Amino acid sequence: MMDWIAMTTGFILILMGLYGALTHRNILRIIVSFTLANTGVNLVLVSVGYMLGRTAPILDKAVPMAEAVTRIIDPLPQALVLTAIVIGLGITAMMLTYAYKLYEAKGSLDIASYRELKW
Amino acid sequence: MIRNFAVLLLLLGLAGIFIHLMQGYIPATELNQSAHYYAAHSAEDLGAANIVTAIIVTYRGLDTLGEVTVLFLAATIIGMVLANGHKAQRSLQRQLPPSGELLTTASRLLTPLILLFGAYVFVNGHLTPGGGFQGGAILASAALLLLLTDPLKRFSHRLIAVVESLSGLLFIAIGVLGMVLAGGFLDSRILPTGAFGTLFSAGSIPLIYSLIGLKVGAEFTSMLNNLAETEKS
Repeated sequence: MMDWIAMTTGFILILMGLYGALTHRNILRIIVSFTLANTGVNLVLVSVGYMLGRTAPILDKAVPMAEAVTRIIDPLPQALVLTAIVIGLGITAMMLTYAYKLYEAKGSLDIASYRELKW
Repeated sequence: MIRNFAVLLLLLGLAGIFIHLMQGYIPATELNQSAHYYAAHSAEDLGAANIVTAIIVTYRGLDTLGEVTVLFLAATIIGMVLANGHKAQRSLQRQLPPSGELLTTASRLLTPLILLFGAYVFVNGHLTPGGGFQGGAILASAALLLLLTDPLKRFSHRLIAVVESLSGLLFIAIGVLGMVLAGGFLDSRILPTGAFGTLFSAGSIPLIYSLIGLKVGAEFTSMLNNLAETEKS
């Protein structure tokens, strides 16, 4: 059940983020929408690694070494998502930087006032 | 109107794909082959209690090196883009209001604690949830708190650069040592595995993760610093 909830939430977040990115005209709102979609992708990836009745991939007294194979969830998606979160943060910071530069150049954050790449 | 309609159509199509994916999704009941290997061998071979850490630092260490490089590039590009044309920086024209007694005192109390917590998180990365990236982000949040208290505060670029390049160089050096003393590049078994579940265990994993933590913290702080320097009157 948990994985279904997480996966549905993730997919909805992706759709919300894409909707926001495609319909809003303010660059800052577009950036926020992209981070929303990014979060959704991470949530879906993590939920794929979930297995019913199992626990986090950390070994201690509760999860002894010998039982690890039958007791823990898939650690690979978690490692993958850790990477994705960090890269996502770098991308967000870069998007904000470019938004600042664009604002400095034209004094506007409306995407419609940047027509150079439009055909 | 037509544009919004096209957007809705696109999203509906995507939603259809997602629903189809979810209907076909069968939750796994057993670990797949690679996950099975990691679960069975990482504690024995590397001595790391946190299997995610073992994967990130040792099994997929090269990916992590690439990740740190991407983050470094992002921080550098931000510095480059923002520094361009900022050479003659005007001083602040208007007087900023003081940030208030509460925030000032609280940040003086909290900053050392936040730094300590960040160090705790990345030093214990092989035992508990957490690690270099999380710890580094916590370190940078201390810098953010200081910036909130005093928006004109600037951290020394030289110090950030020294911390970042030193930890990056040491990270690579440990990786090369793994090639010389153990099985391959970034092999963590260059140090004794130690007693399972203690701080000084898991070979060089805590060392590498601490270096990653310092590097990530320095990179995030430099990003914050560069963005804060854009503040003008």
